[in-house]
Amino acid sequence: MNILIEQARIIDPSQQLDKVSNLYISRGHVMAISDQTPEGFIADQVINAKGKWLIPGLVDMRARLGEPGKKFAGSIASETKAAVAGGITSLCCPPDTDPVTDTQAVAELIQRRGRQAATAFVLPTGALTKGLEGKLLSNMHSLKQGGCVALSQANQPVENPLVMKNALDYASSQDLLVILRCEDQELKNNGVAHAGMVSTRLGLPNIPTSAETIALARDLILVEESGVRAHFSQLSCARSVEMIAQAKQRGLPITCDVAIHQLHLTEMDVMDFDPFTHVSPPLRSQADRDALRMGVKTGIIDAIVSDHTPLGRDDKALPFGESTPGISGLETLLALTLRLVEDGLIDLSQAIKLVSQQPADILGIHAGSLAVGYSADCVLIDPESYWTLDRKQMLSGGKNTPFNGWEFNAQVEMTLFQGRPVYRVNPV
Amino acid sequence: MSPRLSSPNLQLNEQGKLKHFLSLEGLKPHHLTEILDTAESFINPQTNEIRKVPLLRGKTIMNLFFEPSTRTLTTFEIAEKRLSADVLNLNISTSATKKGESLLDTLWNLESMQADMFVIRHAESGAAHFFARHVAPHVHVMNAGDGQHAHPTQAMLDMFTIRKLKGDIFDLKVAIVGDILHSRVARSQIQALSMLEAREIRVIGPKTLIPPFPEALGVHVYHDMKSGLEDVDVVIMLRLQSERMKGALLPSEKEYFNLYGLTEQRLAFAKPGAIVMHPGPINRGVEIDSAVADGAQSVILQQVTYGIAVRMAVMAIIMSNAAQLAQSQNETALADTLEKAEREAQ
Repeated sequence: MNILIEQARIIDPSQQLDKVSNLYISRGHVMAISDQTPEGFIADQVINAKGKWLIPGLVDMRARLGEPGKKFAGSIASETKAAVAGGITSLCCPPDTDPVTDTQAVAELIQRRGRQAATAFVLPTGALTKGLEGKLLSNMHSLKQGGCVALSQANQPVENPLVMKNALDYASSQDLLVILRCEDQELKNNGVAHAGMVSTRLGLPNIPTSAETIALARDLILVEESGVRAHFSQLSCARSVEMIAQAKQRGLPITCDVAIHQLHLTEMDVMDFDPFTHVSPPLRSQADRDALRMGVKTGIIDAIVSDHTPLGRDDKALPFGESTPGISGLETLLALTLRLVEDGLIDLSQAIKLVSQQPADILGIHAGSLAVGYSADCVLIDPESYWTLDRKQMLSGGKNTPFNGWEFNAQVEMTLFQGRPVYRVNPV
Repeated sequence: MSPRLSSPNLQLNEQGKLKHFLSLEGLKPHHLTEILDTAESFINPQTNEIRKVPLLRGKTIMNLFFEPSTRTLTTFEIAEKRLSADVLNLNISTSATKKGESLLDTLWNLESMQADMFVIRHAESGAAHFFARHVAPHVHVMNAGDGQHAHPTQAMLDMFTIRKLKGDIFDLKVAIVGDILHSRVARSQIQALSMLEAREIRVIGPKTLIPPFPEALGVHVYHDMKSGLEDVDVVIMLRLQSERMKGALLPSEKEYFNLYGLTEQRLAFAKPGAIVMHPGPINRGVEIDSAVADGAQSVILQQVTYGIAVRMAVMAIIMSNAAQLAQSQNETALADTLEKAEREAQ
C-alpha cells in the first residue's frame, strides 16, 4: 500500500525540516519527502494536505492505559484510540498495573494487547523493584528482554536509600534507563494540595515543594554515583528545574520531563475544590509554573508528557481530598503543547520536538521522526480549525479533565500509524 | 490567562442571595451583616431569651454528621426546632461511604425523603461544596464544618458575640491563638473578620501550627504571646487536639501551655476589658487556664447561646430567599403567559 500526502507543510524537527512538500509512504514506512515522485512509486491513495501541517506522531513517555488491572478506566484498545485522536502514536506506560509490571509475562501481555489494538505503539516500563515495594530488585534483565524500554517505580518511590543505590547500580550495569519521579512520602504525608496560598485558604492538607526537592537531591546524588542513565519525570516546582539545570551543567547525562497540565494550571485552579484539578504532584504556584515554562523554553526540560490517568466517574465523584488524583490527558497533550506556541513561549518546531523526537531519543526508540525508513506514524493537522474540548465526547475511558470547555486552535484531522489511517476527525 | 470559565458562586442564587452556606469566601459584607441583624431579631432584648418562630414550619432539615460532634449538632438542632422545622439527625460513619457512588447515593436517598436542607459536617475539606454541587436545585446545604476548611456558622456566632459585647468590629484588634493550620474555625473567623474590616487580625502559635502561606489570609503572625496579645480587644483561643503531639508538631501539652496557654498574667498584655472567646470544647490547663475560662472576661458560654440565634438566622435567610426566588419566578412565568395570550389575541 502506497500513500501520498501531498502539499503538506511538513514540520519534522528531527530533520530540521519545515517546508511544503510531499510525503511518500510505502509499506508502512516513510519512503521519501520530496517534491518529485520517487521512481517506481504509484500511489494507491492520495491525501491532499494543502494548507495542513504534517508532523511526526507524538511520543508520550507516560500514559496509563488501564490494563492489566481495574485501577484505571479504559483498556489498551480504548486508550490507544484516544491517543491517536490526540496525535500520539507511541506510548510508554508506567509499571503500576495490576499485577505490577515486574515480570516479563506482564510486559509481554501489554505489548500483545497493543499489537492487537494496532492503533499505536505501546511500550511497557518495568518495575525497578519487585511489586514496586522498594525492597527487592526486579529481574531487570529479563524485563529488558521482555520489551521494557525503561524501569521505574511509577508513583511509589523507593524509600530506602540503600535499596535505591543498589537498584540504580544494577540498572546501570545492565545499561537500562531508569525513570524517576521524586517524592518524599514522609514529607508528602497525607497532603493533597501544594503548600501555598490556596491550601492555606482552603484548609487542604498540603504537600511542600521540599517533598520533591529533597527526594530529587538524594536521587541526583545516587544517579551521579552509579552513572546510570536517568530520566526525571514530572517535575512540579521551580527549585527542581534549578537543580536539574545545575546537575546537567556538571555534566550528568540526565533528562527530565514535565506533565503538560503543570504548564497551564496552577494551585489557583483548585480554588473551588474541583476534583478534576486534583493531580499528583499537585498543581503548584504561579512562580513554579513560570519556572517550568522557562525550563521548557531554555531546554532544561527535555520532554512534555500527558501523565494520562484515565479514571472512572466514582474516582472523582468525591470531595477533593478523597478523589483519586489524575487527568485523562491523551486527547489534550498536543493541543496544550501547541498553546505554548500561541502563548509565545516556544516556536512550533521546538514544541513538536518536545513531544516527538526528544522523548523518542530518551527512550531510545525508533519513532518521533519522519526521516526515510521510519515507521510512517504521522499527524495531519488543520491549523485553521477551531475546536472545543467536550468531556462527554472524549474517546478515553476516563473523562476526567479540567480542560473541559477550553477552546483550541489547530485540530488533528488524521493520524496515521505504520502508514495506516487510524484516526479521522470526520470519519468517511 | 486561563480560559476556563469561572464557576458561578455556588452559594448564591440568581438574585445574588444566599442559597447554601458553605464558606464566607465569595460572600459580600452585606450578606454577613444581614445574618448578624437577623440573629439579633431572634433575641429578646430584655431577657436574652431566644424566641420560637414558625418560619420553617413544614420544612424538613436533616443533620448529616459524618464526624462526631455534640455541641454543634445540639445547637443546630435547637436552632432548627426554634424555627419550627422537622428535624432528623443522622450520624453516618465515613467507613460506610468510602466509595463515591455510595456517598452520592446516600445523599440522593435522603433527598428523596423530602429534605429541604442538609446540615453537613464532614472530615474532608471541601465536602460541603461537594454536596452542594450534587443536591437537587430545591435543596439547601449548610456547612457545619468541613475538614480544615470552614466552619462558617461558628465564625458568624463569634462575630455576633464580638459585635454585641465590643461594638463595631471595624475598630477592633483580634488575636487568634493556637493551631491555625488545622483549624476550620480559624479560617472562617479570619475571613469574617477581614470582610468586616477588623483593624488588625493576628495569629499566634508556633510555626508548626501556622499555615504555609499566612499572607494569603491577610494576618500578622506572632510566635509569642506577649507581643501577640499586646493591645488586642479580642482573644480567641483554639482547641488543641492531642494528635498534634503524635505528628511531631509539638513537644508536649505542658510546653504548649507554658508558651501559649492563656493565663490571667498573659491576658493582662491585652487591652483592659478585652474579651476571651473559645469555640469549645475547652481543654483546661492546655490552651486556657481555668481562672481565665471562668473569669470575668470570658464570654465562652455566651457564644454558645448566640450560636443558636445565628444558626436560626442563616437558615431563615436561606429559606426566605428561596421563597422569594420562587415567587419572582412565578411572577415572571405568569407575565410571560399573559404576554403570550395577549399576542395571540391580537
